[in-house]
Amino acid sequence: MSQATLRVQKISGHAGSIPGQDTQREYTVCKFIDTTTCIGCKACEVACVEWNDLPFSETVFDNTYQTMPETRWNYWNLILFNEHEREDGSLLWLMRKNQCMHCAEPGCLAACPADGAIVQYTNGIVDFQQANCIGCGYCITGCPFDIPKMNPKTHRVFKCTLCTDRVSEGLEPACIKSCPTGCLHFGTKDDMKELAESRAKQLRDHSNFPNAGVYDPPGVGGTGVIYVLHDASNPEIYGGLPKNPHVPWSVKLWKGPLKWLGNVAMIGGLVGLFVHYLRYGPKAREEEDLAIKPGGGRT
Amino acid sequence: MSHPQQIIPHGHVLRYTLRERLVHWIAGVSYVYLLGTGLAFWSPWLFWLAAALGGAQVSRTLHSWAGLIFVGAVWYMYVMWAPQMKHTDDDRRWWKALKYYSTNQDEKMPPAGRYNAGQKFLFWGFFWCSLLLLLSGVFLWAPQYFAWHSLLAMRIAVLVHASAALFTIGLFMIHLYMGIFAERGAFGSVIRGDVSIAFAKRYHPTWYKEIVGESSSPRK
Repeated sequence: MSQATLRVQKISGHAGSIPGQDTQREYTVCKFIDTTTCIGCKACEVACVEWNDLPFSETVFDNTYQTMPETRWNYWNLILFNEHEREDGSLLWLMRKNQCMHCAEPGCLAACPADGAIVQYTNGIVDFQQANCIGCGYCITGCPFDIPKMNPKTHRVFKCTLCTDRVSEGLEPACIKSCPTGCLHFGTKDDMKELAESRAKQLRDHSNFPNAGVYDPPGVGGTGVIYVLHDASNPEIYGGLPKNPHVPWSVKLWKGPLKWLGNVAMIGGLVGLFVHYLRYGPKAREEEDLAIKPGGGRT
Repeated sequence: MSHPQQIIPHGHVLRYTLRERLVHWIAGVSYVYLLGTGLAFWSPWLFWLAAALGGAQVSRTLHSWAGLIFVGAVWYMYVMWAPQMKHTDDDRRWWKALKYYSTNQDEKMPPAGRYNAGQKFLFWGFFWCSLLLLLSGVFLWAPQYFAWHSLLAMRIAVLVHASAALFTIGLFMIHLYMGIFAERGAFGSVIRGDVSIAFAKRYHPTWYKEIVGESSSPRK
């Protein structure tokens, strides 16, 4: 789903320079989701499926509002409903719109071995290019939010594109446009951060949510989707939103020390064997063997 | 096998039967494909290998199937060779004399049987790594079919797969070096099946005594 007007600043599995890096003056875009004013209407879910022409996905009924347990390859935007009892016994009914967080340092992109299957545009959007995807599923292991999902039939991975096609034309993402309460906002990262901070302050000062705050986790370099939470000190209660997400240790280990060690060992091994051969040569020469009489006695 | 006895040239002895050579090359060819596609996924600088081996998506698909073929061949080797790969006292002495082996002072080496201790290490290294590669590979191939699948299990599997593969690459490089460059006659033996008597006596004297029926040496 690449867009000609969007330039690329990071590419997965890519050797050499990156065409769009440092070539564009562009704002980083950001979705701001105010969980405190979300009413769980799922208009954003429908708008996402509609705009992206995704095939319908079967729903699950378990006597809750949660008609789907998790995002799917064809369901990129899902409100997670959670009931949380506070210390004073009062109940919080939490609704969080879950989707790709568009990390500034995407773990999926770091883990992906396929050249150009995952890109990050200069405006910060992380986008999967299914044409280049090889279906290895390594991006799934790289995501701290468990977002990318594989299409079992085509073996390509899909997720929220942050409506690259709309954003590149100057429109807001479909989910933002559909929100009836105004809990979803879209703009530059700086503007959204400011708006979110002022909303969090309002909640702290006037609405008896002393722990209200903005979720913009630094472990992944900040995200292109930020939340205001009633209780920012405990994001896990919002359907397992990780408190301190970061690129998984396995990806760091693999793309860091293991890769370094492996490359040194392989290249060192080749050089070492070559030098060994130059120094010692073959153990014996076949010409000598051919001169040996039947029965094994040397001539 | 019911094929007629292979004709061995004068001054040579049969080292590998047709069955052994076939299995070796099934493993060998599939391993080279696995190595090429695997290295393509290992480093962006080698991703062009995937294009050369059928394209990125095809490489990824065939990598899994080639893996099954490779593991199948390794398993057959296990059934065929495991009894000959048992560690012996001679092997312990062989490891202690490794510096003579690696500096081509083979006359100082303790006598080796059909396989020397290094070859046994190669065999067991490949056997155990293949097992790890199979388990992690099949899991990563289709994690949804495993009831216990989780992100953590997938993350561990990725690391296990890469580490085991790297270890086999080390074994593979030494295997190629020994078989093609260092021990002249070894490469031909796994193609044509025979080695010269000099080869047999130089590198595998205990085995040579066994196959000539101990006629040239007193019984133990």
